[in-house]
Amino acid sequence: MIKKRVFIQNTWFSIFKIAVLINGAALAVILFFIVSRGWRAISWEFLTQAPRDSMTAGGILPCIVGTVSLCLVTILVALPIGVASAIYLNEYATQGKLVRVIRLGINNLAGVPSIVFGLFGLAFFCIVLKMGVSVAAGGLTLGLMTLPVIIGASEEALKSVPNTYREASLAMGATKWQTIRKVVLPVAFPGIITGSILGISRAAGETAPIMYTGAVFFTPDLPTSIMDEVMALPYHIYVLATAGTHIEATRHLQYGTALVLIVLVLGMNLAAIILRSKMRKKLRI
Amino acid sequence: MESNIKMHTKNLDFFYGNFQALHTVSIEFTQNQVTALIGPSGCGKSTYLRCLNRMNDLISGIRVEGQAMLDNIDIYDPSIDVVTLRRRVGMVFQKPNPFPKSIFENIAYGLKVNGVKDKAKITEIVEKSLKQAAIWEEVKDRMNDSSLGLSGGQQQRLCIARALAVDPEVLLMDEPASALDPIATQKIEELITELSSKLTIIIVTHNMQQAARISDRTAFFYMGKLIEVNDTDTLFTKPGLKQTEDYITGRFG
Amino acid sequence: MKRQHIDKGVRSGFLLIALFSITALSLIMIFLFIEGLPIFDHVSIKEFIFGKYWYPTDDPADFGILALILGSVSVTFLSGIMAIPLGIMTAIYLAEIAPPTVAEIVKPIVELMASMPSVVIGFFGMVVVAPFIQKLFNIPVGLNMFNASLMLAFMAVPTICSISEDAVFSVPTALKEASFALGATHFETIVKIIIPASLSGICTAVILGLSRAVGETMVVLMAAGGAAMIPGSIFDPVRPLPASIAAEMAEAPFRSEHYHALFAIGIVLFLFTLIFNLIADFLSHKFRQVGEASL
Repeated sequence: MIKKRVFIQNTWFSIFKIAVLINGAALAVILFFIVSRGWRAISWEFLTQAPRDSMTAGGILPCIVGTVSLCLVTILVALPIGVASAIYLNEYATQGKLVRVIRLGINNLAGVPSIVFGLFGLAFFCIVLKMGVSVAAGGLTLGLMTLPVIIGASEEALKSVPNTYREASLAMGATKWQTIRKVVLPVAFPGIITGSILGISRAAGETAPIMYTGAVFFTPDLPTSIMDEVMALPYHIYVLATAGTHIEATRHLQYGTALVLIVLVLGMNLAAIILRSKMRKKLRI
Repeated sequence: MESNIKMHTKNLDFFYGNFQALHTVSIEFTQNQVTALIGPSGCGKSTYLRCLNRMNDLISGIRVEGQAMLDNIDIYDPSIDVVTLRRRVGMVFQKPNPFPKSIFENIAYGLKVNGVKDKAKITEIVEKSLKQAAIWEEVKDRMNDSSLGLSGGQQQRLCIARALAVDPEVLLMDEPASALDPIATQKIEELITELSSKLTIIIVTHNMQQAARISDRTAFFYMGKLIEVNDTDTLFTKPGLKQTEDYITGRFG
Repeated sequence: MKRQHIDKGVRSGFLLIALFSITALSLIMIFLFIEGLPIFDHVSIKEFIFGKYWYPTDDPADFGILALILGSVSVTFLSGIMAIPLGIMTAIYLAEIAPPTVAEIVKPIVELMASMPSVVIGFFGMVVVAPFIQKLFNIPVGLNMFNASLMLAFMAVPTICSISEDAVFSVPTALKEASFALGATHFETIVKIIIPASLSGICTAVILGLSRAVGETMVVLMAAGGAAMIPGSIFDPVRPLPASIAAEMAEAPFRSEHYHALFAIGIVLFLFTLIFNLIADFLSHKFRQVGEASL
């Protein structure tokens, strides 16, 4: 009887392990194809020049610049609002209906589909606020999308600050705001930064929110103001692969752009993790 | 009186990674007797107890050397089936941990998992176990209610009933009454005395009066070593070592 | 006293900022409705939702989104069949079975899966998976429901896995020990004690994972085939709701019927995910994670 029970356990545990392997294999396959077909397109020219000859040659510099600009606007919008919201929720709020409503708002904002953000951005930022197709509109839309991520990461970072620090500060006669500013935030800083970088890396890879609010297929100049329209890495991949005039001819460039995007996103993830462990060592948490 | 050694350890060493928590502990546990393990906090008595049903296996990085025997068979032998061992050597924990299920399902769990399928038999054993644990009268009319609605003392007796249901030969109890009030504690102690006629019981306790009340033999642990083991009466009235005497009279610990 | 006034002011300031999220959410709803409701001057809600024909550029135009809804439902359902077992099994493996060194490798793999940009996954589906399944199953076109479901499953697994893992991990050790001490195997403990105790967390994980699949745009835009027809087999091309919006927004004249219809699809999509998220929120509050016995 025991043998049967152990046999059942071992069989199921093997099935679990196969499930894990399937995930790993899927990831490996995708990475393999993107890297093996994309690395040949990578060159100094590719990264520093604008596209030529209907996108069949040249580089993706405007896309890189565009994505970076969008990310900058995103963080400028989402970071202050996100951290402030987290501070309220974790440091000031008391359990009650108001908090539940705020949390409901955050959770549901997190679940809004990316294309709906795009629609909203179009209707509100581009049209009502008259920003047109611009870095500002695109960045604001992405910022809204990234907000719940930053709030979540900041809240976690604030929660992990031991309460004894707060109590010690208050016991010395400091106000709550002084305590937050001088004691809590510095300790929570690594976690907040990590969360923000991870949030930005997600924003960098999104296409739907910027399709109609900030990104265009082609613009001859690099952006000079936040009211300019830009090219962007994810959008570039999409257009080249589906609507461009030379889909097959630009295939290698599509792979190359995808590779650059992945490297950018993964690079940011890695930077966030390294930064966090370095900062933690400094603060000796 | 036939003196049958049910379980014993010989030179048992236990390591958490590089830290040695138990040093050459050798104790014999006579069948149908209550043995109490006493000693100050952190002396290793709970660790030792958990060696006897290999619960420590759940922690990674541990190492056991020496022998631990049930009926003269080494329970750490690779050919031993741990699952069967744990059915034969049951355990009651310090904080009551009933499953978030009905009272009936809590007791039935051990039976179902060990292969009992006959519904009538399960019901019969559930009732018998609850009676053995002296809690049947209090719960017989609410068998389908959640176990979490019981008081702390009742939950602990439920856990004892749950352990008894799978018909163990040895019952390990890790400070079973330390989280309970005095009246509940008394009930548990009466239960232990009654059960010892059929089971070998090994109980860890930090309460020396409790050890003196209910145990036949007592073992005194200190810093991972067995200092002294003897008949309870003897240990408490004429301790062999000064260290034991100091602990018993409250000079430390 | 002055410091206390400042403190109160600061608190109100933070509260105001915290209300931003719910304000933004409300604004999104408002604008979706402002730009979407006008379509119902031309077509009834019933015709819109249950109409089988989506020909927005015809004259006269047809605005029935049933095919689009069924496209979304079928793709989400199919991806769920794949992602739910994969996600939950990986979660249990990580939380209960994996030795620490292996967990250190598997966790980053799942996180990597989560950070893959959706356009790259859609691109992969379009360019690599489509020709492959076209050959393998001998079908006319590789951009279809099956392809999109595969890619969506890849995106949903990390969500399902990480939330489930948290739930499984937080089951109190005392319950596990009680089960082991009764002579249960590890697997029996997982199935009979751990999973029931973490069920609400697992359900939340599944619902949020499916919600992600429903709302995902780029993958379905690039890999699902783009045919606004009711699917008959898993190898039929479909056009889920997000794909329709993204594909046609560019060609819909500003504030035309088509424009309003696309916003109306946005309303439907938004309501779908809103309901999903409210259910998940309800579940996680009503059935709080199980704890140990209390005294």
